[in-house]
Amino acid sequence: MTLGWDYPLPCRPQRAGADPYTHRLVGVLKLELKGITKRFGSLVANDHIDLVVEPGQVHCLLGENGAGKSTLMNVLYGLYDPTEGEILVDGKPVVFKDPGEAMAAGIGMVHQHFMLIPVFTVAENVALGNETTKAAGLLNLEATREKIRRISDQYGFDVDPDAMVEDLPVGVQQRVEIIKALVRDAEVLILDEPTAVLTPQETDELLDIIRQLKRDGKSIVFISHKLREVKAISDTITVIRRGKVVGQADPTASPTELASAMVGRTVSLTLDKAPAKTGEVTFKVRNLTVTDHNGQHVVDDLSFDIAKGEVLAIAGVQGNGQTELTEAILGVQPHVAGSITLDGEELLGKSVKHVLGAGVGFVPEDRTLDGLVGTFTISENMILDLYDKAPFARGVGMKPGVIADNAARKVEEFDVRTPSVSAAVGTLSGGNQQKVVLARELSRPLRLFIASQPTRGLDVGSIEFVHKRVIAERDHGTPVMIVSTELDEVLQLADRIAVLYRGRLVGIVPATTSRDVLGLMMAGVPAAEAEASASAHASGATTTAAVSEPAGHEGESHV
Amino acid sequence: MSATTQSPAGKQPGTGKGTGKTTGANRAGSRGGTTELVSWKAGVGLGLLAILGTVLFGFLANTKSAGFRIAEARDPNASSTAAWITLAVALAAAAYVGFRWISQRREGGGVDRWIPATTIAAIVVLGLAALGVARVEKITVPSMVFGWICSVLLLALAAYACFLTVQRRKVPAWVGGSFAVVFLAGFMIWIVAGGRDPEPSISLAGLMAGAVTLAVPLVFGSLSGVLCERAGVVNIAIEGQLLLGAFSAAVVATVTGNVYAGLFSAAVAGALVSLVLAVVSIKYLVNQIIVGVVLNVLISGLTSFLFSTLLTADPEHLNKPGRLQAVDIPFLADIPIIGPILFRQSLVGYLMYVAVIVVYVGLFHTKWGLRVRAVGEHPQAADTVGINVNRTRFINVLMGGAIAGIGGSFFTLVSVDAFSKDMSGGRGYIALAAMIFGRWNPIGAFLAALLFGFADNLQSIITIIGSPVPSQFMAMLPYALTVIAVAGLVGRSRPPAADGIPYVKG
Repeated sequence: MTLGWDYPLPCRPQRAGADPYTHRLVGVLKLELKGITKRFGSLVANDHIDLVVEPGQVHCLLGENGAGKSTLMNVLYGLYDPTEGEILVDGKPVVFKDPGEAMAAGIGMVHQHFMLIPVFTVAENVALGNETTKAAGLLNLEATREKIRRISDQYGFDVDPDAMVEDLPVGVQQRVEIIKALVRDAEVLILDEPTAVLTPQETDELLDIIRQLKRDGKSIVFISHKLREVKAISDTITVIRRGKVVGQADPTASPTELASAMVGRTVSLTLDKAPAKTGEVTFKVRNLTVTDHNGQHVVDDLSFDIAKGEVLAIAGVQGNGQTELTEAILGVQPHVAGSITLDGEELLGKSVKHVLGAGVGFVPEDRTLDGLVGTFTISENMILDLYDKAPFARGVGMKPGVIADNAARKVEEFDVRTPSVSAAVGTLSGGNQQKVVLARELSRPLRLFIASQPTRGLDVGSIEFVHKRVIAERDHGTPVMIVSTELDEVLQLADRIAVLYRGRLVGIVPATTSRDVLGLMMAGVPAAEAEASASAHASGATTTAAVSEPAGHEGESHV
Repeated sequence: MSATTQSPAGKQPGTGKGTGKTTGANRAGSRGGTTELVSWKAGVGLGLLAILGTVLFGFLANTKSAGFRIAEARDPNASSTAAWITLAVALAAAAYVGFRWISQRREGGGVDRWIPATTIAAIVVLGLAALGVARVEKITVPSMVFGWICSVLLLALAAYACFLTVQRRKVPAWVGGSFAVVFLAGFMIWIVAGGRDPEPSISLAGLMAGAVTLAVPLVFGSLSGVLCERAGVVNIAIEGQLLLGAFSAAVVATVTGNVYAGLFSAAVAGALVSLVLAVVSIKYLVNQIIVGVVLNVLISGLTSFLFSTLLTADPEHLNKPGRLQAVDIPFLADIPIIGPILFRQSLVGYLMYVAVIVVYVGLFHTKWGLRVRAVGEHPQAADTVGINVNRTRFINVLMGGAIAGIGGSFFTLVSVDAFSKDMSGGRGYIALAAMIFGRWNPIGAFLAALLFGFADNLQSIITIIGSPVPSQFMAMLPYALTVIAVAGLVGRSRPPAADGIPYVKG
């Protein structure tokens, strides 16, 4: 552990000025939101939200995707104007017209999608908007480099000020974002879904950094929907649902309680599934290699099998070749070598249409980009793959009646919440969109089912539904491949887990493997070594992975 | 930190080129066992050009010699002194830069980016000064012999590039650079030797000086493009800005009787065109390319209409602007060869040098430039650190328009002293090409514009001396070069990431 307190506390330069909020002491910034309401047209994203962030506290905002957490923070950060309500800093009302004013008041934000310019160096990114200049406006990056080195040393960040941001790993980019906020003397740091792109180990390091910041008197607003981290780090938890604060929770509350508060009804965090009844191996991948346009092997010599009636989950941090792997199977990757066979038939080099015709069902990772045509109706989206086949087509004509009937049946079966099957798919919520994709892909007789990030951005209810359908398909005897970056999802669905790191297979392990081991494997440590290292660390202090999850069986079915 | 799992952020060789589009840092890091996907583009491209060169310069060469006249000095004494001083300065500079290069190489680190280019520049100046000192007035080369020498060199370079590709190694930049120089030399010798005279010759200094002059509007146009596109607004309207600049310079200079008023009004006119572009595309989010094209058509029509109705009716009072005279810079203008090329320009020409330097330093070494580039790359990131994205874009587009307008005044105040219909003649589009070829960098755009100006001037000189190549082929050169540049033979030309994408908050 690199500790921050060996170093002198950062001294806030006393800024002169008549502003009510510039004369404050280190670490005593108290932030209050009173009755914040934000409407986008008829949509109420935030409905009279009250929130108090005490100095030196880690305050978690817990809520599902789309609950209004990010909107609230964007209001606080001056990116949106609130429709109603006020913000108080140390008891005095303030109005932030733009992020610059929010920063001047000591509020820093690390966005979910990093606000870094890839082709700038770390120093340039940190300097931007807060530049030190010599005469005639010439940049003085040396001063910025010095500040970066100081903060980097203080918190053990190990960031090179002259590195190009696009060359840095995601975890380091996140530290650059934190440095950006600290250089601007932020007292309140808002972290928006900071762990979404990190490995479990990187997450642990981030939580350590947050603890250090807290010791230095900073307050942290930690936005997340991941219960494990929220429980590990927070002092106070505020739960937000559908734009409203539904209550405060204590970090000691059980995950099931927190999840129920978040969703608004009792939910089951575990999935009931029977043990897999595996049959013969029908899907084989051998020495699959995918090369990108730079000549990098994004998928490197991958070999694995999937048997009938089992779920193989592909785990790994985003960007380690998962996308390319699924696309190679589907036939949309150009530079591929190796072999992919399904029931003995070679699929590599075949057209997408042929692959689909061979009985491959595919749920793409980005449903709005690859899964659906947003402006098409639900019924049209339901037959994107079968539009030219009976019973939906005759000759060159389509049969709208049959298509609409098909859609009506599927909407019923998959519980898609929509006013009409002729509504544009783009108007549906993420969960309902995903159900449309599933309905389409599962309606053909399948010999292989691939789902990539099947529950990304879905609410807890939809997640339960999607998971149940996936397991139902498995029990139907189909080989199933799930690609997910969420360890929770992997552990819930998988019968076996294959971990990818930089395009290579780190290993295939049983679903009973511990989170610690999987986390290390996701960072490229081979399975056996990971086992050893994880057991040595089992007594280690504060890993989130060590927080065990009670198996609550509230047994409520979906929605 | 417990169990640090960060992999060392190892940089691979050639990271600067290839990682532009990698998403997620995990891909950008080094990865063992990767094979570099070697492109055959360089090998095949150079090979084809080398064969073309061999056919033209070797097999199709004639027995005449090619003469290149070096300009005769106006004042031999002053010229001689200037030449000696330049020689000394260039020698010192070349020695210093060369020393830096070698010592940095020896320390094992990378060489500063500016060093190779500066060394080449210093050596070129050195050579030219030496010619001046030696009072060489004309270089005559036998075309057949030199044609074959060039052909062999070209084939050797192409073969080396192919050899490297087979060895799965990267083709270094100097191969392409020397190939271009040899090809150009062979081409010039071949084309001049093909002239009608028994002993054909051209004036080298005249060729270069003409190239710089013809490049002036292109440089202003491409700087305008750089300013706009670095901030994320595509400026197709350069053509219109040049044309309206030319028109208003002519009219205002005639009416006021003051060429400087004309120059100023050209800047205002260019900025006015930009104002429309900025308001419609930034505020009302209309597609920037469509607005640009529409503006070009609109201004072409407007100026043609006003020209044929008003200017032709009364040219005495509306279309007789007078000229901005060429001004010699004392001493510098006396340097042989270099002086007449660079330092006998009109005010607009000198403004061009100033503009290139100011835009370059501004964009890459000031607070303003950092913000502009941020806005063009990732406007949301700029917004979250308190930079007003659309205001930055607005101001940049206006400045770009003013610069292009000044470039337009070149047509009516320097080149010809009257406005005529559509007199910008598509140079706005060539300026756009120069900007892309110059990789959105003011200095690159300046050099690319010089190259295009060179091609333009070569074409007219060839027409005069008579040549085997139809001049229309030469007129194609700027466009052919751009196609090559964009096709990636020269390297990936990557625009600012947010170029052409309107920024809507929230």
